[in-house]
Order: sequence, then C-alpha cells, then structure tokens
Amino acid sequence: MNYLLSNPGDVLTLLLQHLRMTGISLGIAIALSVPLALLVSRLRWLAVPVLGGLGVLYTIPSLALIIFLVPLFGLNATSVIVAMVLYTQVILVRNLTVGLAGISPAVLEAARGMGMSVSQRWWRVQVPLVLPVFLAGVRIAAIVAIAIATIGAKFNAGGLGKLLFDGIQTNRYDKIVAGAIAVAALALVINGLLLALEHYAQPQRRLKRD
Amino acid sequence: MSNLQFDDASLRFAGGARPAVNRVTCQINSGEIVVILGPSGCGKTTLLKMVNRLYEPTGGSIFLDGVNIRNRSATKLRQQIGYVIQQSGLFPHMTVADNVAVVPRLLGWPKPQIQARTDELLELVKLSPGEFRDRYPAQLSGGQQQRVGIARALAGNPAIMLMDEPFGAIDAITRTALQDEILRLQGQLKKTILFVSHDVEEALRLADRILIMRLGEIVQFDTPFNLLTKPADEFVHTLLGADDMVRQLGLLRVGCAMMALPPNYSNGHNPTLSHLDSLRDALSLILKTGAPALTVLEEGNPVGLLTLDHIRESAVNGR
Repeated sequence: MNYLLSNPGDVLTLLLQHLRMTGISLGIAIALSVPLALLVSRLRWLAVPVLGGLGVLYTIPSLALIIFLVPLFGLNATSVIVAMVLYTQVILVRNLTVGLAGISPAVLEAARGMGMSVSQRWWRVQVPLVLPVFLAGVRIAAIVAIAIATIGAKFNAGGLGKLLFDGIQTNRYDKIVAGAIAVAALALVINGLLLALEHYAQPQRRLKRD
Repeated sequence: MSNLQFDDASLRFAGGARPAVNRVTCQINSGEIVVILGPSGCGKTTLLKMVNRLYEPTGGSIFLDGVNIRNRSATKLRQQIGYVIQQSGLFPHMTVADNVAVVPRLLGWPKPQIQARTDELLELVKLSPGEFRDRYPAQLSGGQQQRVGIARALAGNPAIMLMDEPFGAIDAITRTALQDEILRLQGQLKKTILFVSHDVEEALRLADRILIMRLGEIVQFDTPFNLLTKPADEFVHTLLGADDMVRQLGLLRVGCAMMALPPNYSNGHNPTLSHLDSLRDALSLILKTGAPALTVLEEGNPVGLLTLDHIRESAVNGR
C-alpha cells in the first residue's frame, strides 16, 4: 500500500500500459468475433469445429501459449496481445452465437411479417436483443485479458505485472502487494463498469427487477 | 377495402412428399372474416403465410385487390397487411407503445401522428394508454400481450389482417373475451380478416365463412350454417361435431332459421328475441314460456317468426 502511495507516477504508467494492452486486444477480439459468430450462426455445421477449436485453444496455459507466440511476434507486447485475442475469442464467439440462437423465432417472424428489411431486423431487433448477452461475454473476456496482461510483464510487455515480477525477484514485498492490489482493483472496476453497461442495455430486465 | 384471391395456388416444400398447399382457388371478399380451419398439418398456416409472402407459392398466384402480390415488394406488401401470431411475437426490448409503433415508423409517419395513433389503438383494445404505454411485454399477462399484438397489427391501418392461431395459447375464458373483442372491433373497422384456427367453436363463433382444409386442399368453403346443415363429406361432418345438436343450436343464429313474417301478421303476444340470438336461446325461451311461436326483432322491428318446428328443422338438416 505504501508503495502505491509513494510512487503514483510509476504505478500510473504501468496501469496505462496494462489498460492499453487489454483495450487493444479486446478491440481486435471483438472485431474478429462478430463476423466469426455471424458465420457460425448462418452455417450451423461450423459451430462444432469453430467453437471446439477455440475451446481447445482456451485450455492451453497462457504462459505456454505466449512462449509459443514469441518466435512469431517477438519478445514484446504483440505476442501477449495475440495470446489475449486468441483466449477471448471462445468467450465472445460463444456468447454471441448463443445470444443470437436464443432470440425467439416468433419475434423474428413477427419482425419479418411486419415488413422489416434484413438490416432493419438486424439493427432494431437482433442487435438490441443480443447486446446484453454479448456484453456479458465482453465483461468476462475483459477480466481474462486483464489477468493475461499481468503475465505479459514476463515478456517485456510492461503493465502492472511488472510490479509483481520485480517484487518477487528483489524480495520487495511492498511491490508485490502494490501490484496485486492494483490488478485486483483494475479487474473489479472494469467488471463494475461493464456490468453497469450490460444492465443499461436491457431496459426490460431493469424494469422487471424494480 | 380489400379483397384477396387465390388462383390455383400451390406450395410444395423441398423434399415434401406431397404439396403443403395444393391448388387452392378461392376468393375472400372485402370486409369478411374467413377462418381457415383444419387439423394440424393441413396447410392452413402455410396458406396464410403465402399471403404476406413469408412463403412463396411454387405454383399459381395470389392477388390482392387484383394485383399479383409477386409484383409487389415483399416488405412494402407486409407493411400493408396486419399480422398477428400465436406467441404474440412482441419485441421484448420495446415498450408496449414502441411495439405498436413499429409499422408506423417503418412507414415513416411523423412523430406526433405515431404517438396519437399508439394511444388511440391502446384505447381501442381496452388497455389504458396511461397505464400500459411504457410497460414491457414481460410485464403483461398473455391476454394483454395478445391485445397489444392486435393493436400492433392494426397500427398501419391495413385493410387486411392475417391472424395465425392468435388465441391458441390463451386460457379458455380469456380466449372467449378476445374473440368477442375481435367481433366488436370488426363491427367498427370492417377489415378483411383471414384467421387460422384449429378450434371449431372459435371458427363457428367468428367466421362469416369457414374454409375447411385437409391435406393441403380445400374441402369446403361456406358459411357456418351451410357447413353444419350441408357438410360436403364425412370429414367436415366429424370435424364440426355436427352430431352435438345442442351445441350446434348454440352456434346458429335465429336469423338463419326463422321464416319471414306472414302477410297477415298481427303483433300478438309472442315473446320476442333478437335475430342475433342463438337458436339455443330461442329453444330455451320456447320451453320457458310455452309459447307456440317467437317474434324475431331486428333493431326493435319485427322481421320474422320462429317456431319449434323451425328449430327442429335446422337440427334435422344438420344431421
């Protein structure tokens, strides 16, 4: 705790590095998962190989996966970001396909029968209905990404993990505690923010709880 | 005002052993309620969905007001046809008002007009706008949801309405209330309504004419009275339960069975009833009063006479 208070500048730099890695990887992961999920939703037979493949990827320990990526992308943040993108794919693609499949056929038929075009159906019906499920996936993916980014410090990517690894190497418990608190706080804050967004995206659920 | 014409319309699904709809030719007149009745798998829903081009016929044509619907844009066509489905199909993420406003928005109406129309329709289906406008579908009962479904289908002021077993999943008491509602609304609005049902009572209550289907084909298309009294075959006879005389009398109106006033008619002391009452009501009245004949009134004026013989005759013809 003392370390946090006495070195706010250093911690802030590391926090921003951490956020940058997480943000970039989430951005790429979302951009990748949407077309992939749409493809899987359209071509049902792809669901098993795609989701299965991504699931297998998810079981590889993150340390091993990043080491495997280093020869391809170098000993830097890029390798870590690629690993984060690969990890979060399974969560995002699964939530999006499940969410799309969960929309009641009666609702889709009503939309069609009332004369909505394909794009109107997508933007006015499918997107708002799938958004809460997708955002739940983004939230979990963000937490996973924050966790993996912590390991990124081992690979020269910076981030809050640097405090932890430096602390271990130099026996500085204050640094370890500072790093642990910072990462945990970051995860909690991001989780809370995304949870609020999720909540906001489903007015019907919000009212029901009241 | 809108009429609908099926001209040899057929639909065979890919891989289907027989056509789901086979060479249907018939004419639905403007302002009439036609109930398509038949057992499941008879093609009634398929026939309905061909009208708003959710299914395209593989043979024959369908004309709306004389124009082949194939020559119209599917989305534009659907915006001009009211559509009510069984599970209501309300959009769960939209309020009641937004659900009702879907078609007016698609049609690009100005905002104040949409708002006024939404409130007007909620009033029409007996949901107070102040109370229900901002609710979500999940906060409504099944019957209320279906009322919103009907309001939503009416929103763009379509001349023709397609209703696909709209009350199929609703309890019996609410269903009867909603059927009454349909008849009341129809009295005001005079839409052309095509209504799919597998419920004989519902069909007999609502329909001006009933189109009976089996295995994709029309078996008989006629008024409830003619169907009960002159069923085309054993299938129609069994389907309508034509053997249950008392029930049948409950479904036939006095106006169908009465005789015209004789020229020498003098207003005696006959008990009176309306031409819209059922023959069952008439039978009950005769048994209760012991009168030999009843005078039938239409808007307060005598228009006919009804005796026990007339009632018996209707029942006998039905058998």
